[in-house]
Amino acid sequence: MSIYLPIAELSANMAVLLAMGAAVGFISGMFGVGGGFLITPLLIFYNIPPAVAVATGANQVVASSFSGSLVHLKRKTIDFKLGAMLLLGGFAGSLGGVFVFAKLRELGQLDLIVSLLYVVFLGTVGGLMLWESLGAIIRTKQGAPANLRRPGQHNWIHKLPMKMRFRASKLFVSVIPVLGLGAFIGFLASIMGVGGGFIMVPAMIYLLKVPTNVVIGTSLFQIMFVAAFTTIVHAMTNQTVDVVLAFLLMIGSVIGAQYGAKVGQRLRGEQLRALLAGLVLLVCLRLGIDLFLHPANIYSIAAVGGA
Amino acid sequence: MAGGLTRAVRTVLAGLALLAASLGAEAQVQTGGRETIQIGLSTDKIGITSGFSGTDLTIFGAIENSDPQVSRTGRYDVIVVLEGPTRPVTVRRKDRIFGLWINRDSEHFDSVPSSYSISTTRPIQDITTETSYRQLALGSGNLAFNIGSSENPQIAEFATALRGIKEQTGLYTERIGGVRFLSQNLFRAAVAIPANVPVGTHRARAFLFRNGIFVDEVSAPLVIVKSGFEAAIYTSAKTQGLTYGVLSVMLAMLTGWLGRLLFRKD
Repeated sequence: MSIYLPIAELSANMAVLLAMGAAVGFISGMFGVGGGFLITPLLIFYNIPPAVAVATGANQVVASSFSGSLVHLKRKTIDFKLGAMLLLGGFAGSLGGVFVFAKLRELGQLDLIVSLLYVVFLGTVGGLMLWESLGAIIRTKQGAPANLRRPGQHNWIHKLPMKMRFRASKLFVSVIPVLGLGAFIGFLASIMGVGGGFIMVPAMIYLLKVPTNVVIGTSLFQIMFVAAFTTIVHAMTNQTVDVVLAFLLMIGSVIGAQYGAKVGQRLRGEQLRALLAGLVLLVCLRLGIDLFLHPANIYSIAAVGGA
Repeated sequence: MAGGLTRAVRTVLAGLALLAASLGAEAQVQTGGRETIQIGLSTDKIGITSGFSGTDLTIFGAIENSDPQVSRTGRYDVIVVLEGPTRPVTVRRKDRIFGLWINRDSEHFDSVPSSYSISTTRPIQDITTETSYRQLALGSGNLAFNIGSSENPQIAEFATALRGIKEQTGLYTERIGGVRFLSQNLFRAAVAIPANVPVGTHRARAFLFRNGIFVDEVSAPLVIVKSGFEAAIYTSAKTQGLTYGVLSVMLAMLTGWLGRLLFRKD
């Protein structure tokens, strides 16, 4: 059954969109990520204009991160103060991102930059995660104890001024890297249509040394606001949020997430991470290959001053 | 719409029959009077709703003052065109830079018909000459954006590519035999309206040829709008960005919350 998407201005198959949402929801439920990094490339593969895919992806992230935040709110695993500081940076970054997004679109380089950013970030994060998780799997096979975290070890980030105490995270750290990280994620969120969880989570663990139990909750909490803000700013400046498309994806992902979470509970942590890493690298590869292959048509057209 | 269509067809046909009868008598008296062409659209407004996957527009028409001799030997030809609103378009070409395919050169065209469907009685090259088509700016290769660019080879190349993309996406179509004579001077034309048709005021034009010579032209407007739910969404997205954005976010939160409720049941 086909449905007309009013902002993307084309007819799409409703079943395909629901399935797409369900698949991404399944993965996000299984791994505890927003799934924005999958939905935007999938939409682009499905011939949705990249500008619409990015803005609509941000809208879909609001649904999945809100749903996730509710769980963590109940478990009290959100550091609100840390979240608020990240958010402050996030808003600034998102605003800048949307501005750059509009400029790139005008120059005709948006698709390229979006693809490049995806390839770089998915490649880096996927590669690191695969390396780490395979190492962990090998170590457990050899019977060695699991990797011990040494929270006492400080890095250069902990030597910066303007320190602030985050009680829930048991952290005393400069506010500069927190704002900076927030801004960086906000910027990526608005250009890539992602929540940025796949960058935020490792950055919080490895750079800021936030305890793992509050990382996911806090990251989801702040991503929800950044994605909401990004959606609204995109709606105001680029008018590329397709609410019909977003709604179909949300429905699919809400259903898919239930089953994903069940499967996720049965797998071990490092196996889960290795699988996610493999998936991330696959998406990266697919996008990367497109950049180097001879395009089917080297010409493209764009309406001036419209989607 | 089907009911409205048949009604419109019946009205048009009845009107045309009367017209033809009166003109037929007249034509015998003053043979050699200049032929004219008239058309009526089956509808003057098309609404795009969620199920829209393209449609055909039926256009009825008649030749007035027709010469029975000419029509009996089939020497009248009709070309019907449905032209979308013109819009400025930028065409970009990718080039290989460090192994990457990157948009580099671009050309700007000020007024490009967003869609262009042409229907004819016979193969295009059999109706009239290249020169005649060019003078009438008839056919997707003879639109203004092509013509103005003929001196500069790069612009011409980009114009050709633009046409190619429009054809690929089904916005520029050609239908040979899409115009059929119902009687000696009545004809019916079907022109394609693709699923991705742009909204706005389109123009239906009909051209009459006699023995390969252009005789007359007539045009009628056709409005294509998004209707119902889609129209509301589209309009609010374009004019009420902030409200639209806030509502999109609220919808997302509601869906996320409902998902949570469902999830908790397990």
